[in-house]
Amino acid sequence: MKNKRKLGSKIYVALVMVFLYLPIAVLILYSFNDGKTSVWKGFTLKWYYELFNNSAIMTSLYNTLIIAVLAALVSTVLGTLAAIGIYNMKKPVRSLVTNVSNIPIINPEIVTGVSFMLLFAFLGTLFNFEMGFATVLIAHISFCTPYVILNVMPKLRQMDYSIYEAALDLGCNPRQAFFKTVMPEIMPGVISGMLMSFTYSLDDFVITYFTRGPKFQTLPIEIYTMLRRRISPTINALSTLLFIITIAILIIVNVWERRAEKERTA
Amino acid sequence: MKSKAPSIPYLIWMLVFTIIPLAMVVYYAFTDRSGNFTLQSFADSLFYTDVFVRSLWIALLSTAICLLIAYPLSYIMSRAKASTRNVITMLIMLPMWMNFILRIYAWVLLLQNDGLVDLAVHLLGLDVPLLGNAGAVVLGMVYNFLPFMVLPIHSVMLKIDNRLVEAAQDLGAGKAKVFSKVIFPLSIPGIISGITMVFVPTASTFLVAQYLGGTGDKMIGDVIENIFQRDKNVGSAISLALMIIILVFIIIMNKFGDEEAAVA
Amino acid sequence: MKKLLCVALCGAIIASTTIVFAGCGSSTPKEEINVFNWGEYISNGEDGSLDTIGEFEKRYNIKVNYTNYESNEEMYNLLKESNSSYDVIIPSDYMISKLIEENMLEKIDFDNVPNSKNIMKRYQTTDFDPKGEYSVPYSWGVVALCYNKTMVKEKPTSFKSLWDKTYSGNILMFNNSRDAMAIAMKLKGITPTTVTKKDIDTATKYLSEQKPLLKKYVMDQVFTEMEGDQAALAPYYAGDIAVMMTNNDNLDYVLPEEGSNLFIDSMCIPKTTKHKELAEKFINYMLEAEVAKANAEYLGYSTPNQAAYDLLDDDIKNNKLIYPSDDYLNKCYTFANLPQDVYDYMQNEFLKVQS
Repeated sequence: MKNKRKLGSKIYVALVMVFLYLPIAVLILYSFNDGKTSVWKGFTLKWYYELFNNSAIMTSLYNTLIIAVLAALVSTVLGTLAAIGIYNMKKPVRSLVTNVSNIPIINPEIVTGVSFMLLFAFLGTLFNFEMGFATVLIAHISFCTPYVILNVMPKLRQMDYSIYEAALDLGCNPRQAFFKTVMPEIMPGVISGMLMSFTYSLDDFVITYFTRGPKFQTLPIEIYTMLRRRISPTINALSTLLFIITIAILIIVNVWERRAEKERTA
Repeated sequence: MKSKAPSIPYLIWMLVFTIIPLAMVVYYAFTDRSGNFTLQSFADSLFYTDVFVRSLWIALLSTAICLLIAYPLSYIMSRAKASTRNVITMLIMLPMWMNFILRIYAWVLLLQNDGLVDLAVHLLGLDVPLLGNAGAVVLGMVYNFLPFMVLPIHSVMLKIDNRLVEAAQDLGAGKAKVFSKVIFPLSIPGIISGITMVFVPTASTFLVAQYLGGTGDKMIGDVIENIFQRDKNVGSAISLALMIIILVFIIIMNKFGDEEAAVA
Repeated sequence: MKKLLCVALCGAIIASTTIVFAGCGSSTPKEEINVFNWGEYISNGEDGSLDTIGEFEKRYNIKVNYTNYESNEEMYNLLKESNSSYDVIIPSDYMISKLIEENMLEKIDFDNVPNSKNIMKRYQTTDFDPKGEYSVPYSWGVVALCYNKTMVKEKPTSFKSLWDKTYSGNILMFNNSRDAMAIAMKLKGITPTTVTKKDIDTATKYLSEQKPLLKKYVMDQVFTEMEGDQAALAPYYAGDIAVMMTNNDNLDYVLPEEGSNLFIDSMCIPKTTKHKELAEKFINYMLEAEVAKANAEYLGYSTPNQAAYDLLDDDIKNNKLIYPSDDYLNKCYTFANLPQDVYDYMQNEFLKVQS
């Protein structure tokens, strides 16, 4: 009975994975297509070769990753703190703040993007700066933080307060009590929030498009602006490489963890 | 821990980077090109009522399907070993790290005539166009937002105390009872976060309908994208209307969720 | 898991900050220009082609910040409202006349652009820049009709085929108001260079009749659709049709008998520039025969540069799709700027047809 259910679970997970990875397989396949077309023209590795000669794409990739990592980190800290504060607010204020905080998610990206552009352009004329790395980062933090709050909030609501109080009674100062009791409890939410922030930041092109200024470009913009002509397979090659690297890291971590698990049980 | 102070940095941040842009949208929505007060922009946006209804319907459908797929998955994950769980989490998120446009393109290639999925469907004896209709748009949305449903539900389910489940079983509750009285109510906060994170962006996303839909599947995100470029006034009016509809939806849902959670 | 995540993130931050600071500190401050162009619209070194930007940077020791846009309208918004100092932009015809009217372009000092002598006579002055003071043509082309020989039995002669019920469900149309409206107008006997709201109404009505026959409104998707034998007919830009034809032998083209749009994308220097002379140096470089030839080959569009044209392979030069006869070009129309309210009206009406 139990085995049957386990098998059912495995099949279910496998089906979801097929759904998630089918397009990725197609994307990878076309990185080997000998031609800039959706028709299969034969196998080639030339797009990988082109990739390393294309400094524009490499710069864009670098910019994209830096922004995504920094935006994810800052918004995770900002959002986790905010969630704790908002959680302690009284009902009407709490709903109001939560709803306002959701606005960057609700707003169509172009509206957020253009309003940021107008705001930064105005500030730029006041303080004499031009849009670029910093404005893109600020914009990304602004739309990522709500996702962190949305992920942390349910964990706070689920948490048992008495542990925190117990820690205080046992002589912890509030800071220690927080890191020893609250943090572990909400950690899954914090990590989900960070993952989502990273993901959204990595993929955004509309908001970045309007806040990047004349010197800064990210990979999603590079790809979006190719749309008037056609997307170069070098982009598929790049995605494939990133995919393989991530999978490799994942496998290493997993092996490591499994070993640790075994040691613990042994 | 009882203090509201930690939220202060974000409140200030919000004031500058959320409220000010919001105020700009409101200002544009109620003025014309020369800055005089008018409601004309809202009148103009009435033309797109059908598109509005269609978008909300597609968003609702996509959210429901996401929930249906994500819930069992989250449950399975929460019962798995930590290492397995981490791997599944990462595997669910990883496709989203590939570029959005490339992912949609891949779906176009799969669904088009003689694409892989199209061929598979043919083998099953069905002959329906898979691309260029509302179904394809929903599929694209589900694909793009599924992880954002799985993560919050899973992170809440992780913490459901197994002793509660055992206690319920000891008290003679069947599987269905355990689920409806213990597991489901306790997972509501995660479900609400998940629905918010899927429904909200789906309603305003653009490009998905352009690539996967046909001539009759334009969504409000595409319309706003088109209009806002050249007419901030009407563009703002439509966005504001969209924002209000979605906020009302979220508020109703939260109220419902609070009550449910309170009952449990 | 958590630990590794932390380690990875910290590593990334340290690496990034060091690189950022190293980048700031090391090299001597070079001169810079900001070039703003369409995506995939310059030869970038792929497949052994010329790395246009890299070569310029190397030769003149000037750093080029090269960024892209996707439509004329987006470019206009960023240029007008983002407080950014772009030095060179490459917009299309009607957008250039709009920029000239709104006093957003600098006059080019042609003493600094001696290579402008390479430009063909036909393109030295244009409808959108009658004295040729503000712009230097970079690339041009006509709109043509692409069709799939296996699906379309009789060779079409005009854009009228896009309204042919026999091909219902297999027709593609521009997802871009100006191009779509122009095709409809021309068939209704209106010259689309400048138009009135009444002309737009006529075109709108005609386009609404077409909508039920369409498979899709497309831009870049036309490649997937036509190359994959998914649709029968599509209007698109000549250079792109030529590319599609090399990827799918079933495809052929028609230059519609009623004439079509001749578009020109030209290099301009916006008023936002802070380095006008460097911008002129860049434009001059782009006009060099070899550079212009490399770009013409990479884009697959037509070049207005005589010196570059002379260097091209004969089969490109003789390709009537890329370089149509003068007879055909005389039937073509270019777009001029429309008054703001008319242009808005056009875009709104087209959006309404689609919604």
